[in-house]
Amino acid sequence: MIGWLTRHLQSALFAAGRLARAPLATAFTVLVIAVALTLPMALGLAILSIREATGDFANAVDVTVYFKHDVPLEKAQQLAASLRQRNGIAAVKLITADEALESFRDRSGFGGALDALASNPLPHAIDIRPAADATSADRMASLRRYLTAWPEVELVQLDSEWVHRLNAILDLLRGVVTGAAVLLGAGVLAIVGNTVRLEIYNRRAEIEVTKLVGGSNAFVRRPFLYTGLYYGLLGAILAALLVAVGLLLLNRPVTTLAESYGSDFRLLTPGLTHVAGLLGCGGLLGLLGAWVVAARHLARIDPRA
Amino acid sequence: MIRFDRASKRYPNGREALKTASFEVTAGEMLFLTGRSGAGKSTVLKLIALLERPSRGLVMVNGHNTAALSARRIPAFRRELGVVFQDHRLLPERSVFDNVALPLHASESPMKEIDKRVRAALDQVGLLDRAQALPLELSVGEQQRVGIARAVVGKPKLIIADEPTGNLDPALSLEVMALFKRFNDVGVTVLVATHDLDIVKAWGLREIVVTDGRVQDSAVAALEVPIMEAQR
Repeated sequence: MIGWLTRHLQSALFAAGRLARAPLATAFTVLVIAVALTLPMALGLAILSIREATGDFANAVDVTVYFKHDVPLEKAQQLAASLRQRNGIAAVKLITADEALESFRDRSGFGGALDALASNPLPHAIDIRPAADATSADRMASLRRYLTAWPEVELVQLDSEWVHRLNAILDLLRGVVTGAAVLLGAGVLAIVGNTVRLEIYNRRAEIEVTKLVGGSNAFVRRPFLYTGLYYGLLGAILAALLVAVGLLLLNRPVTTLAESYGSDFRLLTPGLTHVAGLLGCGGLLGLLGAWVVAARHLARIDPRA
Repeated sequence: MIRFDRASKRYPNGREALKTASFEVTAGEMLFLTGRSGAGKSTVLKLIALLERPSRGLVMVNGHNTAALSARRIPAFRRELGVVFQDHRLLPERSVFDNVALPLHASESPMKEIDKRVRAALDQVGLLDRAQALPLELSVGEQQRVGIARAVVGKPKLIIADEPTGNLDPALSLEVMALFKRFNDVGVTVLVATHDLDIVKAWGLREIVVTDGRVQDSAVAALEVPIMEAQR
């Protein structure tokens, strides 16, 4: 066991030494791998951020009832009261036309324009949150029927519709990012494979001599596998740094933009699991690329006396 | 130690490099393999080092039938013999010490053992003080001695040397041959391939001559037919 560890440590150090002796070539290869890993990582994070931000709404089943314009406040209060009596309702919130106008004035930035209006164009409304156990399609349909039956009600709007739509868009985007990640992963395999292949050809003489003095294929292969692993890992580390720098640069503008919409939306910073996953993917791709190439090419190099 | 029994080697291009060669080398012997370039001398060495397998006949080395050895066992087989090359084939970017240590790393020996045995081997060829030098910093003769140290560091029972004195002047050649003789004195079988007839004459050892793909054995030439009869 200790012997096995020592041998691997030797190969690992040996491969590290080779990389360190050609810093520029190594840096370029690592940079290419890092870019290939950064793109899916960054896009994935962006989608996660949006999903997180809309997470509160993911199960949104809120129903908003808009009254007709001439409906007096008492009538709206009456409906709100009767809704509170109803089964399967968790919360009812009456928003008067005045409150709605006030809130619109605050958030929209049209304050001056609104002052020019002679009367409040907004109707009274009620926000209804159904109880958690009353959100089935049947129960929602029945609630909707009950609400539309009131002659004073203009419109019944289910919030869940736009959430469904957003989620569908996000799913589509996630599919696109997954596809891009697979392609770019294949790119990393090809980059590492090609770099290791060149390395094998550059070291042909050394490999021949090593085989001549009794080095097995596994012994000859080991440093190249470490080389591939290093490329993948270094690329992943650089990718993580690039993502972190990108976040640092984008976070302020994004927050400012979100705040202007009254949102507290923030870009997600990658967690430990994300970074670990990135390093794992990078290392695995590097190792795999080196393995495929080394298995093919090393066996073909036969020593000649 | 080595036994060729009607071994022949025909290459895919149809050239017959060796025609039914039969000879035997007993353990502890030191002998020459001579012949002009292209006569089949290097084919004999390749068959011994298992760089090639015989097309027909039998090649036994150190108890292994080389035709039957699986590819997986070839590295272990090569570690049982030490090979010295004319151009010594040292790795230019590694130190003398690391070059000599290569076979031991390949056999995955423990580090302490490697350190000890590399030092011993370098001491035997008189280059212990140059352990950290790079091969190109050494003279040609010294490089050849590093090559010999690398061949003997694994304590092989058989050393085969391909023109080990080919690039050396007579004095250095003598030095290298004396080195081989010292290993032979402690029981190692040594086969030296050379075209340097002066050396062959000077040392007066048994000589296997390859001419045009055929083998003549100076010691047993007269006995070759009876041996083949007996093996039938």
